[in-house]
Amino acid sequence: MGARDVDGAIWQAVAVTASRRHGLLLGGLAALTALLFGASLLVGPAGYGPGEALAALWRGEGQAATLVMREIRLPRAILGLMIGATLGVSGAALQGYLRNPLAEPGLIGVSASASLGAVVAIHTGLAAAFALALPLAALGGALVAVLAVQAMAGGFGAGGGGVGRGGGALTLILAGVAVTALAGALTSLALNFSPNPFAALEIVFWMLGSLADRSMLHVQLAAPFMLAGWLMLARLGRALDALTLGEEAAASLDVSLARTRWLLVLGVATGVGAATAVAGAIGFIGLVAPHLLRPLVGAQPSRLMLASGLGGAALLLAADVAARLVSPHDDLKLGVLTALIGAPFFLWLIARTRRGLT
Amino acid sequence: MSLLALRDLRATLGGVEALRGVSLRVAPGEVVGLIGPNGAGKSTLLRAALGLIGAQGSRSLGGDPLERLSPRDRALRAAFLPQEREIGWPVSVAALVGLGRAPHRAPGAPMRAADHAAVAEAMARMDVARFAGRPATQLSGGERARALMARALAQGAPLLMADEPAAGLDPAHQIALMATFRALAGEGRGVLASLHELGLAARWCDRLALLDGGLLIAEGPPEAVLTPELLARVYGVTAHFARDDGGLVVAPRDLAR
Repeated sequence: MGARDVDGAIWQAVAVTASRRHGLLLGGLAALTALLFGASLLVGPAGYGPGEALAALWRGEGQAATLVMREIRLPRAILGLMIGATLGVSGAALQGYLRNPLAEPGLIGVSASASLGAVVAIHTGLAAAFALALPLAALGGALVAVLAVQAMAGGFGAGGGGVGRGGGALTLILAGVAVTALAGALTSLALNFSPNPFAALEIVFWMLGSLADRSMLHVQLAAPFMLAGWLMLARLGRALDALTLGEEAAASLDVSLARTRWLLVLGVATGVGAATAVAGAIGFIGLVAPHLLRPLVGAQPSRLMLASGLGGAALLLAADVAARLVSPHDDLKLGVLTALIGAPFFLWLIARTRRGLT
Repeated sequence: MSLLALRDLRATLGGVEALRGVSLRVAPGEVVGLIGPNGAGKSTLLRAALGLIGAQGSRSLGGDPLERLSPRDRALRAAFLPQEREIGWPVSVAALVGLGRAPHRAPGAPMRAADHAAVAEAMARMDVARFAGRPATQLSGGERARALMARALAQGAPLLMADEPAAGLDPAHQIALMATFRALAGEGRGVLASLHELGLAARWCDRLALLDGGLLIAEGPPEAVLTPELLARVYGVTAHFARDDGGLVVAPRDLAR
């Protein structure tokens, strides 16, 4: 046994080194995110100097610079940070649960349903009636999506339903695809019968995804839901790690598959639903952030979630700053930019994976 | 006290009766081989015994009814190696084996010295220590199987249940695996493993349980279960039988006419 105790000590040392390296990675990502958050505060058409802009944040009321910083740039930066983090964490959690690196937060139908909710609000004129009607309708859409997906995919949670051979993950994907398709069809229907061209244009623009002209009201509405989503997903780390071994082995460890899926679906829906509700559909962040950071965390799903959250926040803040720098006067939609950069980047990632891995 | 006690276990899969009333016990210090042709119900028995699929009949682990055990208690009493050799992510072999320690740790708590020692011992037993830092997905089939077996061993449960643990292993590692089972039994633990290699079953198991069509056809020491009549009837094969100082030697020879 003596020799094995020595082995144990070696592996403990290896693990300590690995967790130190992980700490370094998280620290670096946090610093990068903070930097980009600062950049998001400092970049804008008003053209204040950095010192002036930051001082305006703390100065008294009434001045134009203070108004711009507090009412326009700060909410935009906060939303960029939180939405990016939500997309990153959700993507990492979904990929971990499905054991599929191509999964993304929109997969379970939440983005499409939240969009549908928003479109219905615009279409009916509700959005014009009061400010929060649109995000609230979008959140409602996301909630309906969760219930529909769980109702369709459910069945093995209760009692001794048993572990399907990959059936749990598969039914979730199928239900998500069905809900996405239905929500997409209904959105098209709303466009088809839109009351006037302006409403149609508003719908299309909203669906492109943007952080422009969002207020603190949007932050107050979405932040609690995104935080709740993070808290739910944060509790999944251990289960996602165990799922590396497959559903059956995970269930034979101390993982409840039904609880895991409920937390996952609710967490993703709450967070991504709220994100979509205030910013529209923003693609690729939830797909690329986990993919990019996976090799740096030893591919462990639990470690990936926090890293991917920070990475997602950094990516979205960077994209939002870039959108403002590229076209300061025409509002380049954030979702368009993330897709434009994200899609080729993802192709490159796939090519690299094919070369590098088995 | 039995590590595992199943009484009149029945299970239905997709409308087909996969288990039709099977009773089986595993005591400390025993290596029990679960044998039978494809579709006999071996995997279903292992899954049902742990409550991974629904079943009727009484099941108890370590003397307590399965229904009264929390998932964590169950994982502390029995480790399970499924037949599907799934490794979802390119985690290192050491991290993969470390997953077996989950039931011993509070959520979010880091691995402690005892956990690392258990991981090191399990990796040494399955001869995967030299792969410890490599991504588990890059290993060959047999190496993956050994790494996953090490994961189950690292769990340190009194009862080990393994579904075809010898499949895909080379002869040396098959024998080393069975010797590890014997060593576990020597420490007072119990093993229930489904096997297709009748030679290994004959030589290394204390007891064999022969399943066919969801029924327990025979149970007892290898000599009593591996008879020409039963092999012909259940497997449809003839075999060469011999004895040496290591025990029974069984080698399937041809299809029975």
